[in-house]
Amino acid sequence: MAETMLEARALHKAFGALAATDGVDFEVRAGETHAIIGPNGAGKTTFISQLSGTLRPDRGQIFFAGEDITSLAAPARSLKGLARSFQITSIYRDFSTLDNVALAVQANAGHSFHFWRAARDEKELREPARAILEEVGLGARAEVVAANLAHGEQRQLEIAMALATRPRLLLLDEPVAGMGTEESQRMVEFLATLKGRQTIVLVEHDMDAVFSLADRISVLVYGRIIASGSPEQIRANPEVRAAYLGEET
Amino acid sequence: MNFSARTLILLGFLLLLAAVPALAAAFKEPFYLDLFRRIMIFAIAALSLNLILGYGGMVSFGHAAYLGVGAYAVGILAHHGIHDGFLQWGLAIGASALVALVIGAVSVRTSGIYFIMITLAFTQMLYYLGISIKEYGGDDGLRLAKLSQFGDLVDLSNPTAFYYLVLGLLTLLLLLVQRLVNSRFGMVIRAAKSNEARTRAIGLSPYPYRLAAFVIAGAICGLAGALLVNQTAYLTPDFMNWTRSGELMFMVILGGIGTTAGPLLGAAALLLLEDLLQGWSLLPTWVHRYWQLYLGIILVLVVLFAKRGLAGLLPERKGGKDG
Repeated sequence: MAETMLEARALHKAFGALAATDGVDFEVRAGETHAIIGPNGAGKTTFISQLSGTLRPDRGQIFFAGEDITSLAAPARSLKGLARSFQITSIYRDFSTLDNVALAVQANAGHSFHFWRAARDEKELREPARAILEEVGLGARAEVVAANLAHGEQRQLEIAMALATRPRLLLLDEPVAGMGTEESQRMVEFLATLKGRQTIVLVEHDMDAVFSLADRISVLVYGRIIASGSPEQIRANPEVRAAYLGEET
Repeated sequence: MNFSARTLILLGFLLLLAAVPALAAAFKEPFYLDLFRRIMIFAIAALSLNLILGYGGMVSFGHAAYLGVGAYAVGILAHHGIHDGFLQWGLAIGASALVALVIGAVSVRTSGIYFIMITLAFTQMLYYLGISIKEYGGDDGLRLAKLSQFGDLVDLSNPTAFYYLVLGLLTLLLLLVQRLVNSRFGMVIRAAKSNEARTRAIGLSPYPYRLAAFVIAGAICGLAGALLVNQTAYLTPDFMNWTRSGELMFMVILGGIGTTAGPLLGAAALLLLEDLLQGWSLLPTWVHRYWQLYLGIILVLVVLFAKRGLAGLLPERKGGKDG
């Protein structure tokens, strides 16, 4: 069995009386693509926000590569190799596409207390950034101001930024949200190329995307994981069908 | 290095400033030497504010604090008979940086209205401190018996020499800030302004960078304070009045937030307009009498119609660099 990359133990998070994460145990193995599905309001984003460090859990622990990271803030987790994309596109809209990725490269190239040299002239930032843009298919759009990219391109850019931090685990919050069929198909194809060489946690509503990408699926309903297993197991699980898949199909 | 149109215009503007002493002498109007020196000193203060406000998104409503600290550092040393300029200006810069470190350590963690209120509150504290210390003149302020002394290097009582010193410092600081905002450091504070959540997600904690920028801005403004007290040969707690902070903010916004030339354009426009409305003999007396009203109207119009300030009216930059 592959080693455990990320593990959550008895994670709790409540907003007032609402238990958004209600005792979640969760495990991601190195190299796998692990999808989290669940109906709207199931607490998926709350859950992965705790994994990325944007939210603090009320109780429970999170381990990353064997290390307890529960008390680490988001920037420290990112430096440890936990990269995240957001459900609502989060990029530097007023910077060029290349600047966006170069910033992510810079964030992981030691401290940024360099005051004199122009960051845009630094090959060690620009070249890796350019290479990643080529990889995600945005090479031709490097000089475009990010706000002027199409929606699908902005989603790609977000993933490019996550990849630029050279992550050990990629947390993707609905990467194909709001995309047209063609765009989302291209995104799924791209994510498929990452499969195997990159450990991925994928939160997604698009079931075609989930079932074509995931090695394992966990189903989150009302803050609890009601099932976890291979796509076939999940498809066959009657509880899951009742809670979730039934509504969709 | 390639020069954008904006950089060329800025260089042209600096050359024009360099010609002011000769022009003022030719037209026998020494007053303009004084006015333009004042403009440049405020441009230095405004460019320091622009670093944190324009590039860092930190709306400091207490930036006059450092003008005051810088001025008092010079004034207090002079009061005790220490006139050495290096000591005085060194203390002005150091003390302003220290005050900025304290204010910044508390305020930089906050944002929005809280940041504005905390920076304002600290500055008001310093303002009232200035009023209450009778030893240094209290409300009435302090007269500078002697301007800062730099031995044979430069004589500040020579208006032209002082003028060129200020111009030199302004040019140097414009270059410094331009380098700063395009460096890795500058990219971080601009990124944190653009999208803080994203910045944290890629592994950058904005706080230490913002705080450093805040301290650098404070130090530069402290130097402007040291220059200003030599300009007026007099200082009062009014240097730190919140309306002064507002004026600095207005210079930055008027000139064009987050642009290299903006603070200089803003300081020049605001102070020249003030002077024009108050004293230009071609204007009727009802303008002179209520000049603040007309200044206000003009400022409102500029903000409404030139949203990116005066620098925004200059030709657009083409490459990646901000000009």
